[in-house]
Amino acid sequence: MKITRKDVEHVALLSRLEMGEAESEKFTGQLNAILDYVEVLNKVDTTGIEPTAHVLPLKNIMRPDETRPSLPRDLALANAPEQEDGYFKVPKIMEG
Amino acid sequence: MSLYAKTIRELNDKLKQKEISAVEIVEAALRRIDAVETRIGAFRTVTSDSALAQAKAVDAKIGRGEPISPLAGIPGAIKDNICTFGVPTTCGSKILAQFVPPYNATVMDRLAAKDAVIIGKTNMDEFAMGSSTENSAFGTTRNPWHTAYVPGGSSGGSAAAVAAGEAIWALGSDTGGSIRQPAAYCGVVGLKPTYGRVSRYGLVAYASSLDQIGPITRDVTDCALVLNAIAGYDPQDSTSVKADAPDFTAALAAGVKGLKVGIPREYFSPGLSDNVRAAAQDAIKRLTAQGAEIIEVSMPHTEYALSAYYLIATAEASSNLARYDGVGYGHRGSGNDIIAMYKKTRTEGFGEEVRRRIMLGTYALSSGYYDAYYLKALKVRTLVKRDFDRAFEQVDVLLTPTTPTQAFRVGEKVNDPLAMYLEDVLTVPINLAGIPAISVPCGLADGMPVGVQFIGKPLDEATILRAAYALEQSGEWQNRIAPAGEV
Repeated sequence: MKITRKDVEHVALLSRLEMGEAESEKFTGQLNAILDYVEVLNKVDTTGIEPTAHVLPLKNIMRPDETRPSLPRDLALANAPEQEDGYFKVPKIMEG
Repeated sequence: MSLYAKTIRELNDKLKQKEISAVEIVEAALRRIDAVETRIGAFRTVTSDSALAQAKAVDAKIGRGEPISPLAGIPGAIKDNICTFGVPTTCGSKILAQFVPPYNATVMDRLAAKDAVIIGKTNMDEFAMGSSTENSAFGTTRNPWHTAYVPGGSSGGSAAAVAAGEAIWALGSDTGGSIRQPAAYCGVVGLKPTYGRVSRYGLVAYASSLDQIGPITRDVTDCALVLNAIAGYDPQDSTSVKADAPDFTAALAAGVKGLKVGIPREYFSPGLSDNVRAAAQDAIKRLTAQGAEIIEVSMPHTEYALSAYYLIATAEASSNLARYDGVGYGHRGSGNDIIAMYKKTRTEGFGEEVRRRIMLGTYALSSGYYDAYYLKALKVRTLVKRDFDRAFEQVDVLLTPTTPTQAFRVGEKVNDPLAMYLEDVLTVPINLAGIPAISVPCGLADGMPVGVQFIGKPLDEATILRAAYALEQSGEWQNRIAPAGEV
């Protein structure tokens, strides 16, 4: 086993997912099967090979810093689960 | 033959001749949806009223003697991960069940500029993660050739709608085969353009370095017509390619005489089913008969592509899907503090496969594993891409099967994620390399469709369309409508 139940629960926390006992058991098995499969990559010699994060030779696409029309506030808020006075409303973030 | 069974080109001719009206076409498609949709389940939303209004506007244009575009008045279906202003866009997920986009994807604005009619939004695997459409939170789409079988995925709703005659054309998205595999399973044409050829603005992100929008149609000519409408540079997408899009219909009929067609031996592994192998061999024979030069090539890193793909795609997904936090839009679960709210929101909102991929991607990116998994996968991606670069020094296009097998039964692979991932083994290398590929029907075997795939050089969609057209014209399969469960 490469990945343990404890790892799965830690990754679930990083992913902001709840993980019950039965599911963490199931995911541990399934993720191990997948990780065993991708183990095949270790057979490839990648010494001196540059990684490809992106196929296009593009970077830092710039545009003039000019004001443009943006999404009107009512449309921006239209899908909000909760809103108040023109703002998105969320549960308490700070203590006290 | 009913209007719903015709191609874009045929319907456009009839509109221009004033033999029929656009409203009649849309009504024929809506009647077909009424007749078969309970058995197929291709749609999430059917936009009857706006489709009829769009058709009326096209009829008025024709009445005034104005010229119309090839797509004008022709009803198409849009995968439910492409943002449509004012029309729900669920991505097949509970977390976006109530989401109504406040803007249009660039492809939608382009289609509107061509007066294309949008007849609805199609079902899909949640967030495009899946190969069968069984991962949709809103039910499984069925294969119109046999409803006990899956239509493929993740663009299964789009492929099924086109095959069943519920839409004349459709848009899908393809991250690892999600246009081409369902096209092959449903007996329709599906094209994944070069990365950057079609704007991703307004496409809900799964894996941003791999995702592309593309057409699903009944024949190759229609595929070129839809690509004409959606391709081209878009300043709203920073990964859009600044290259002029040619008229993709221009060279379709130029033939394949002298065309160098590479056959990569690694794509013909013992894992192929007999029917798939026979279909690919038949395609090779037909191209040879038309004067194509067949050249065997080797692409030694093919067997590593699937592993690299699943690490890269899930890593990107884990980052992209972090945005579903229950704040700006989408489902919100209840929690006393912000972390509890996030966890509740995401656990309630995401289905199992999405959570599994987020977990895998988060793990591959996490401290201590980044080099071993994610970075390693990116290096292997370089080698996969080099295999293609080398092959294209010798040949103009590559020909392979689209999938190792034909459509499988609903439920057959749903409990075995790895078996499901293996469905993508012949399509993912193309996404890693960012190059274009098309799946074209190659007939029925045991009553179900088989597809073959042409792979092209970057930005050379024209040549794979030409090869696909030559194959299509030499066979019996042209614009076939599936029975859609009718006995």
